Amino acid sequence: MSTVTIDKSGPTRKVKYGSMSRDRAWALRWSYFFLVLFAIFSLVPPLYMLITSLKSSAEISAATNPWWVYHPTLSNYVELLTSNQFLRFFWNSAWVSIIVVTITMLISVPAAFALARMKFWGSATLATGVFLTYLIPDSLLFIPLFKMFAVIGDWTGIQLINRWYVLLFIYPTLTVPFCTWIMIGYFASIPKELDEAAIIDGASWFQTLTRIFIPVALPGLIAATIFAFTVSWAQFLYPLVFTTSTDQLVLPVGIITTLIKGDVFNWGQIMTGALLGAAPPLIIYAFLMDYYIAGLTAGATKG
Amino acid sequence: MADVTLRKVVKRYDDVEAVRGIDLDIADHEFVVLVGPSGCGKSTTLRMIAGLEDISDGDIMIGGDVVNDVPPKDRDIAMVFQNYALYPHMTVAENMSFGLRLKHYPKAEIKTRVAEAARMLDITDLVDRKPKQLSGGQRQRVAMGRAIVRNPKVFLFDEPLSNLDAKLRVQMRIEIKKVHQKVRTTTVYVTHDQVEAMTLADRVVVMNHGRIEQIGTPNELYHKPATRFVASFIGSPAMNFVPCRLEDDAGKLNLRLTDRLAFPVPPQRAARYQAVPRTDKLLLGIRPEHIAESRPHAESGVEPFEATLDVTEPMGMETLVYFTLDGTPLCGRVSPNAGAQDGSPLRLAVDLNNMHLLNEVTGAVL
Repeated sequence: MSTVTIDKSGPTRKVKYGSMSRDRAWALRWSYFFLVLFAIFSLVPPLYMLITSLKSSAEISAATNPWWVYHPTLSNYVELLTSNQFLRFFWNSAWVSIIVVTITMLISVPAAFALARMKFWGSATLATGVFLTYLIPDSLLFIPLFKMFAVIGDWTGIQLINRWYVLLFIYPTLTVPFCTWIMIGYFASIPKELDEAAIIDGASWFQTLTRIFIPVALPGLIAATIFAFTVSWAQFLYPLVFTTSTDQLVLPVGIITTLIKGDVFNWGQIMTGALLGAAPPLIIYAFLMDYYIAGLTAGATKG
Repeated sequence: MADVTLRKVVKRYDDVEAVRGIDLDIADHEFVVLVGPSGCGKSTTLRMIAGLEDISDGDIMIGGDVVNDVPPKDRDIAMVFQNYALYPHMTVAENMSFGLRLKHYPKAEIKTRVAEAARMLDITDLVDRKPKQLSGGQRQRVAMGRAIVRNPKVFLFDEPLSNLDAKLRVQMRIEIKKVHQKVRTTTVYVTHDQVEAMTLADRVVVMNHGRIEQIGTPNELYHKPATRFVASFIGSPAMNFVPCRLEDDAGKLNLRLTDRLAFPVPPQRAARYQAVPRTDKLLLGIRPEHIAESRPHAESGVEPFEATLDVTEPMGMETLVYFTLDGTPLCGRVSPNAGAQDGSPLRLAVDLNNMHLLNEVTGAVL
């Protein structure tokens, strides 16, 4: 029995190596299979939106092949892009997102630096607390928040409800905790000696943050920025609750409330509006993709 | 440049005392190495001098000024870290000039200083590279360059060579020594490697359990260790320790190692040991190079004995021989021509002129 094994040892090893590479090849094939499957799964809806956006209302309601455009038209695009209302939504969204991203970064970067590096009493608990606040769903928060702003309005006379800028107070409750958490993980992965070297070189805490930590953690910073932008751009529940007048609406809510009239769905323009609305985040992702991935993975593994 | 003085410096972490009241005077221009096993408090001491750790008690003075509460940036020190701690997003030149730029030095002067330091460290060609494009040795040079350009009062090195391979470590050791010979800045250097300590230091501070065991020149530590810890820590292979006791034999002093083996104590040593109680448990400390093959016409104090070798290690210029004496393992150094072989007997001789006698209980060298 043993002699048989010895005789076979040479070829068995070869087979083993062969089977390993064959396993690998199969693993790759399966990965590609599922990747393609999920790519189709996630790309078909936008494709359908694109197709529909190029159709006239008549063609959409006609019983033709929904996956084919027989009479392509840009009328939906022209109508939306020349409509003052749509442009108003767009600018409201843009302003809200840009200001929220700025506020978020101004708060969460120094906060993360302090929580990651300046060990003070309760800093670890505070860091966990920051993350826990992120876990509270917005569907739980919008009623108390609404009540809060109503009370503030009654007491001070400062009316914030139904103003687009009320969102500047609300969105950071979502973005600041998450971005702080990402940045804590990122800053924590920077070797301690780096700030010690900077401090010995004569840098203050603030200089250590601006001249060492921010440049070194730039990928993480960009990931956090993209996240904050996406969250502010795509928020639906809060603007739906807090803003009602058409001149105060942001894009996602504006499209739904103005393009659906009663039970009449203006599908062509809804699809066009949604596509145009998805464009800014898409462009930002495309340019900053590498940083985004690097930022997320570093935060995930070292944080 | 300045002297550094530590007065009863203590560092406590909650209930643990990492540094237990050390006193140390480091003269201007001096190169002092703190050495000891990990956890002995040497790095903590260095970090307290740097200001990266608060001191729990005592005083630290740099250039005569108490700096206990002075932040690191105002202590005028420079530090080289084990993992280099180079700023990854800056070029070599930017790394080296960072401290000067923070202090708003004129651009021309920054340039001159960086160029000068780069020339001294032989990294002139690398000044435009980023740290990740450099090898370990080059990074360490840049880290040293960053310290040199600031022209500080004190250099602090925290195990700077531990991340380098053995060959590079020897090379960089020589570089560090050369740099110190040129700039003559007071230097405190921490290492766990006793060879590094011996080769670099003007004076070595041996630390153990948060205390200073002994301060002395490399030769003093090697030839006149004060404690068992220093005796065993300095030197490789380590000093042998053999349980023994003193006996009087017709007016002479004998050193009894085993029932069958006793040596007369050399006269110049006998006077020193005369007062030691005969009942004390003692240890004979003898370095491997003082156990060699027996030669005819040996000088006085060199006593022959028989041993059966367990293991021999030919090193080329010498052969290390390992044997046991009544259960105590010993190491000796013999000539490659002495005919030492594993498992075979060899006539060895111990040079008692270089013996040390230690109190087994206190560990003190008598």
